[in-house]
Amino acid sequence: MSMSAGEEAAKRRRVRDGWLLSAPALLLLTLAAAGPLLVVLVYSFLTPGQYGGVVWEFSTDAWVGILFTRDIFTETMQLADAHLAIFWRSVRLSLLTTLITFAVGFPTAWFIATRPPKARALWLFLITIPFWTNLLIRTFAINEVIRNEGILNSVLMAAGIIATPIQILYTDTAVLIGMAYVYLPLMVLPLFAAIDRFDMRLLEAGYDLYANRWQVLRRIVLPIVKPGIVAGSILVFVPSLGAYVTPRVLGGGKQMMIGNFIELQFGQGRNWPLGASLSMLLLLIVLAALLVYVRAAGKGGAHGQ
Amino acid sequence: MTETIAVEARNAIKAFGQGDVAVRALDDVSVQIRKGEFFTLLGPSGCGKTTLLRLIAGFETPTSGSILLDGKDITSDPPNRRPVNTVFQSYALFPHLTVAQNVSFGLQMQGRPKAEVTATTDRMLALVRLEAMAGRKTSQLSGGQQQRVALARALAPQPKVLLLDEPLSALDLKLRKEMQTELKRLQTETGITFIFVTHDQEEALTMSDRIGVMSAGKILQIGGPRDIYTRPANRFVASFIGETNFLPGTLRDGRVILASGGSIEVAATLRNAGNVTVAVRPEQVRIVPATEPDALPATITDLVYFGTDTHCHMALADGSEVVARLQSSVSGEAGLERGGRVGLRFAPGAAQVLGE
Repeated sequence: MSMSAGEEAAKRRRVRDGWLLSAPALLLLTLAAAGPLLVVLVYSFLTPGQYGGVVWEFSTDAWVGILFTRDIFTETMQLADAHLAIFWRSVRLSLLTTLITFAVGFPTAWFIATRPPKARALWLFLITIPFWTNLLIRTFAINEVIRNEGILNSVLMAAGIIATPIQILYTDTAVLIGMAYVYLPLMVLPLFAAIDRFDMRLLEAGYDLYANRWQVLRRIVLPIVKPGIVAGSILVFVPSLGAYVTPRVLGGGKQMMIGNFIELQFGQGRNWPLGASLSMLLLLIVLAALLVYVRAAGKGGAHGQ
Repeated sequence: MTETIAVEARNAIKAFGQGDVAVRALDDVSVQIRKGEFFTLLGPSGCGKTTLLRLIAGFETPTSGSILLDGKDITSDPPNRRPVNTVFQSYALFPHLTVAQNVSFGLQMQGRPKAEVTATTDRMLALVRLEAMAGRKTSQLSGGQQQRVALARALAPQPKVLLLDEPLSALDLKLRKEMQTELKRLQTETGITFIFVTHDQEEALTMSDRIGVMSAGKILQIGGPRDIYTRPANRFVASFIGETNFLPGTLRDGRVILASGGSIEVAATLRNAGNVTVAVRPEQVRIVPATEPDALPATITDLVYFGTDTHCHMALADGSEVVARLQSSVSGEAGLERGGRVGLRFAPGAAQVLGE
C-alpha cells in the first residue's frame, strides 16, 4: 500500500503549503483585527484617565456605566436615560433604514433581475457607482439636497407647494434618508442574486393555481428569495447600527447614534473605558445579528436546488 | 346534444413581435375539444402547440380570436380566474414547500375549508401513489415522482380542463411508458378533460381519444388516432405520424398510374385530378415473387433488422424508394436478400391519395 502512503504524504504537504500560503493574510488579520479588538476589550475593564487615556486599574464601571449613571450627590445608581435613548434611536433608525432599503431595493432588484443579460450588467454597475464615491462626499450631497436652502426645498417653494422650507436637515428623517441612500446597494445586490436564481416559471404555476399577484409574492416569491432578504437586511442593519458619519453630518450632532456616542467618549467625554465597553456591546449586537443570519441562511439552504 | 364542448378556440391568432418581423405562432386556429376527452396537440417544436395551450391557460392573450370554456368567453380572464390547471414541462414545483403543501396550494388559494383541503390532498396523493412522500421536500424526489406531484397538484382543485405541456419529455423511456398508462388511468378515473401537448407521435397515438396535428401555427387535421394514421389529410400528417412511402403518379378513373409503372387502386369517389401523391404505410406493402402478374417490380437495396420487424428497402423502376415492414420470421422464410428482384403489391384500401 505504498500508493496510499504516498498520497497521504502529498496530502500532508498540501495542507502545510496551504497554511504557509495563507500565513501573510492570517498574520495581518491577527495583528490588525484581533489585536486592536483585544486592546479595546482590555480598556473596557480599566479606569478612565483624567485627560483621556486609561489608568491601569481594573474596574467594571465602564460596563455598568452603559446602563447606569452614578448620581454625583446621592451616590445612588440610576438608569442612564440618555444612553438608553441613544441605543433605542440607533436600533430604531437602523431597523427603519433596513425596512426602507428593502421597500426600495426589492422592486429595484426585481427590475434588474428581469432585464436582458446585457442591460442587467449596466443596471448593476449603476447601482454600485455610489460605492466608488467617498462616503463623506455622498453624505454632504444629501445634505445639499435636503437643507433649508437646498435643492428639494427650492424646487418645492418655486413650484408653490410649500411657503416655508421644510426642516429636514438635523432630524431623524435626515439621518434615515442619508443611511437609506448610502446602504441601498448593500440591500439590492444580495436581493438581486437571490431573485436572479428564482425560477420565474414558478410565477405561472402560482397564477395557474388560483393565487393572485399578492399571494404569489407572499406565498412563493418571498419565501424562496428569503436568504437574499436576510443577507441584505444584515448587510444594511449592521453598518447602520454603527453609523458615524451620516448621523454626524445629517443629524447635526444632537441626533446621536451609538457610533457618535462612542466617539464622544474617546473625545470630549474623556471616558475611554466607557467608549471601549460601548464598542464591545456594539460588536455583540452585530454578532447576534450575524447569528440570526447564519441560522436563516442554513434553513434557506436546506430547500435550495 | 349528446356531446358538449369543454374548450373552444375560435379563429385564434397569436403573433409575436411587431410589424414586419411579427411571427404568427398561431395562425387562425379553431378547434373544439369535447368534455371528458383526452385530446392531444401533436406537432414538431415551434408548431404552435404550446402557444395554444398557453392561450387556454391564460398565460398569453390571443392577438385576435377568442377562447371559450363551457361556452363562456374567457379570453380576457387571468389564469387565476380560469378553472383550468397546467402540468408544466419543467413541473415548476414549489421548492420551499413539501409534497403535500404543493398539492394543497391550489385548494388553499381557492379558499376551500381546511378539512376539505386536507381530505382532497390526501386523496390526490393516494391517486398518484405518493402518500408516503407527503412530508418530503420536492427536491428529494426522483423525476418520475416529481411528475406525479405536478399531476396531483394540478388535479387537486378539480379543474374543468387539465393542460399538460410535454410532461413526459424529461423522463427516460421506461418511466415514460409507465406514466403514459398512469396518465390515461388518471384521466379515466377523474373524468377531467385532458389537453396534452407532445411532439411524440407514438405517445399521441397510444393515449389520445382525438389528436390535432399542428404545423407552422395551423391545425392540419383533427381526428382519432386510427383516423389520423390510416387517413392522413396531407403529406405533412402522413410523414409526421408513422413512416410512409410516398409514390408520385396520376389519378385516372379510380386508379393511380404510378410514375414507376404499374397502378394502385384507390377510393373510387376521387375525381381525376392529374398529378397526385399516394401514401402507403410500410406494413401495407406486400412482397411477392417477381414473377406474379400485376406486381410492381422492385429491387431490394437493404434489409434492416429491428427485432420483431425487418424493414425491407426497395428501389422501383424509376429509382424511387419504397420501404416494407415485414415480420422478421416472414422475411427470413421468404429468403429475401440484398439485390434480389421481387414484386410489390399493396393491401386493399391501403393507398391514400394526398393533396399536395
